Amino acid sequence: MSTPADASSGSPPGLRVCVDLNLCQAYAQCCYAAPRHFRIEGHEALFYDPAPAAQDRADIERARVACPVQAIRVEDPGQAS
Amino acid sequence: MPDATLLDQVKDFANRADPYPVYAKLRQHPVSRQDDGTEAGTWVASTHGTIASLLQDPRVSSETLPPADRPRTGNPLTDLIVKPLKDWMMDRHRVFIFRDPPDHDVLRASVMHQFSRERIQAMRVRSERLVADLLDEKRDAREIDAVDDLAYPLPVTVICELFGVPREDEPKFHGWATQLATALEPDSLSDTEIRAANSRTFDAIGGYMADLIKDKRRHPQDDMLSGLANESTPTGAKMGDYDLIATSILMLVAGHETTVNLITNGLLTLLRHPDELERLRRDPGRAPRLIEELLRYEPPVQFRTRKTLSAIDIAGVTIPEGADLVLLLASGNRDAAVFPDPDRFDPDRAGIRHLGFGGSLHYCVGAPLARFEAEAALTALAGRLKAPRLIEDPPPYRSGAALRGPEHLRVAIDGIA
Amino acid sequence: MAQGSTTERAVVVGAGLAALRGAEAMRAAGFTGPLTLVGAEPYRPYDRPPLSKHVLAGEIRADATTLPSSLGADVEWQLGRSVTRLDRESRTLHRADGGTVPYDRLLIATGTRARPWPNPHEGRLSGVFTLRGRDDAAALRAALAAGPRRVLVIGAGFIGCEVASLCRQLGLPATLVEPGPTPLGRVLGSTVGAFIGAILEGRGVDLRHGSEVEWLEDEGGRFVRAHLTDGTRIDADVAVIALGAVRNTEWLDGSGLSADPGGVDCDAAGFVLDTDGQPDPRIAAAGDVARFPHPLYGGRRVALEHWSHAVMQGIHAGQLLAGAKPEGPYAGLPTFWSTQGDVVIKSAGLTEGADAVAFTQGEPGSGRFIAVYGRAGRCIAAVSVDSARWLPAYAELVAAGAPFPPQGAAADRPSKGIMVLAPGFP
Repeated sequence: MSTPADASSGSPPGLRVCVDLNLCQAYAQCCYAAPRHFRIEGHEALFYDPAPAAQDRADIERARVACPVQAIRVEDPGQAS
Repeated sequence: MPDATLLDQVKDFANRADPYPVYAKLRQHPVSRQDDGTEAGTWVASTHGTIASLLQDPRVSSETLPPADRPRTGNPLTDLIVKPLKDWMMDRHRVFIFRDPPDHDVLRASVMHQFSRERIQAMRVRSERLVADLLDEKRDAREIDAVDDLAYPLPVTVICELFGVPREDEPKFHGWATQLATALEPDSLSDTEIRAANSRTFDAIGGYMADLIKDKRRHPQDDMLSGLANESTPTGAKMGDYDLIATSILMLVAGHETTVNLITNGLLTLLRHPDELERLRRDPGRAPRLIEELLRYEPPVQFRTRKTLSAIDIAGVTIPEGADLVLLLASGNRDAAVFPDPDRFDPDRAGIRHLGFGGSLHYCVGAPLARFEAEAALTALAGRLKAPRLIEDPPPYRSGAALRGPEHLRVAIDGIA
Repeated sequence: MAQGSTTERAVVVGAGLAALRGAEAMRAAGFTGPLTLVGAEPYRPYDRPPLSKHVLAGEIRADATTLPSSLGADVEWQLGRSVTRLDRESRTLHRADGGTVPYDRLLIATGTRARPWPNPHEGRLSGVFTLRGRDDAAALRAALAAGPRRVLVIGAGFIGCEVASLCRQLGLPATLVEPGPTPLGRVLGSTVGAFIGAILEGRGVDLRHGSEVEWLEDEGGRFVRAHLTDGTRIDADVAVIALGAVRNTEWLDGSGLSADPGGVDCDAAGFVLDTDGQPDPRIAAAGDVARFPHPLYGGRRVALEHWSHAVMQGIHAGQLLAGAKPEGPYAGLPTFWSTQGDVVIKSAGLTEGADAVAFTQGEPGSGRFIAVYGRAGRCIAAVSVDSARWLPAYAELVAAGAPFPPQGAAADRPSKGIMVLAPGFP
């Protein structure tokens, strides 16, 4: 799990991630797409990193689009949307 | 014989290249009864909402296979003693796509435990290497068959390596997989010849797997079959031998018969939309979105079958208890109520909640692999094929209506970069 | 209000989830005028659910929870400033620092705060915590990381149960004290609550139901032990007060709006009501603080402290204030989830008033099951424990007011069939 501690050290602005855990049904597609940022504990408890580093954006995008219930919301200040 | 129903038209090979107009007609009634000569009929759900609802309805069962009935041999000892025993074993140890919870959940959890993030990540890297090698082999070609040259060998190699099937044995699976995949085609279940052929094939592949499992117990390797044969899940579940054989067969057949269609449909769609092909070539980061749209637009599995355990009121009709259901996933994916302008291929559409991998308890186990393999294949094809042109459009299709995809996809090229 | 009349000023009081989604919805619905968010905490809107879970576990930092947002630079943030008074006549908000904020359209989304320990001196002892905001979570995390002998959690609602489970995951001894007969009894009833209690005890939580803490012992300004009403003493270094939430409505005193500690009243559309019961078409409310008539529950007034409700009602109120015609009364099906250690509890509908509960899928004793709540022969709510994929089917039954208990054969029925029991509400 990356920490957002380097936000002040001149690295590009990180991402913001929020998963709607009402929608989440633990399909775990995000865990395969971005294994360093999402994991399932027990049967269906999703744990995710809400502040991934900018260089992990490709994996976070894979996770976002792969979610079968489209529960993952991402803000990427470094990427014009 | 009743008149040809819309469901008959879906199955009709003449509509294989473009079944979507038939789906559009079906969607005029979100859930419709299709006369199949039986009293209950077969009920087709064709809109996104009704399919999604039925996929997650506990009154809908996946236990659709008729009781095992192996062909008689004429030998009384075999027919009276061995056959009933074998039929009983078959029924008790169905593959888990044809089972309901709680059994389904236990078997699936064992597979998911072995389907670890690390193992799948390794296969992501491996897929990219395999694609590069397969394309290198055709470097000087002026024509490729996307099926034989890439879309088939890639997933087959991946699933065999993942399960630890020795490379030299892999060709045995081609015929086995094609035969067993017919179990997903509705009419095959009532066709005694196909069922007899499936029994023989199951015996052959089952015998092979039993030997391989013995080997994995003696010499465990870092592969899924070794893991399934030797390890328990965190909750202590471990498959018995018959379930292990059935499950490995399921995974290997699925690995042979589905992703091939995703990759082939993907290249076909890109060649029909050259602007998207060019965009992908310039920006491989578009691949994940593009693949989700492909899973909506041309899903490798067009429909799945189910049975009702109780009567279900839905969309103004009542499906009776014990009815056969067809959940027309590929039709739900073209539902304008969910996807505006649904017949347009548009990777930039927002929030693609497609049904390409099914949903709920039976959501495709291999989905992450399929995505990585398709990403590796399509980005490489877009990046490396020089001036690709379709030689035949539509291409020739394989027979399946449920597992639908081109038999071959011939593409003229000016070489491979 | 005409859409796009850019001279109008919109203000959101509050800077939590409902405030953020409301502001976004205003912009998305075409409101282009000046937009200001005023928040009492010095932070951009952040997500609370991780605070009682992975922030306490030390896996993510409290400041990593800032919510993704589509708001751009055309929004003014007044953070670390609390609003103390609303003057509707002059359409002015008065801040604690003496400043004023004029508005033409106002969204009230001030949410709740943790209910404090009734004895203020004991509540201020070192080692005594509540858990509501980012700073609370960071402070409690530091206390847990120091390796306390034992953590005492007072109140077995969702937050209390989550904290107790989390402590066990961290290997810390944890005692959970609850006056009711089971954990989560107020929301789930004691029948389902008993199964949750068994799961918690299985994870090693020392569960003391039917018990109450009388006082917290002070030793040189530090909390050292709790004394229960039955005379039991519990030695611990950390006490977490988890007695629910208080709605932030004091600032509305004197505004002429119908507000009390139970929330600010709204009409079916979402506009706030004055003390005469008349809507103020310039002011809407959303999230924990809004008390509104829920069409699914016969128009009964409810204020819901749920994440999804904050999102849905925030969006609804934002659209309303932007001038978009509401398609109908706000009627989102209430849903929530709670992660207790690695166990996920989810719910659809409201259990309040249930006269029966039925176990319809899975096995309650196995820790994975569905419970459906009925009232007068209709399904009113469903709860899943580690069975989330079944829940949407039950949400459909609840939304449709389907007959209770659900009938007919289905996959994954309990081995003894559907069991209908008394729900065990106090």
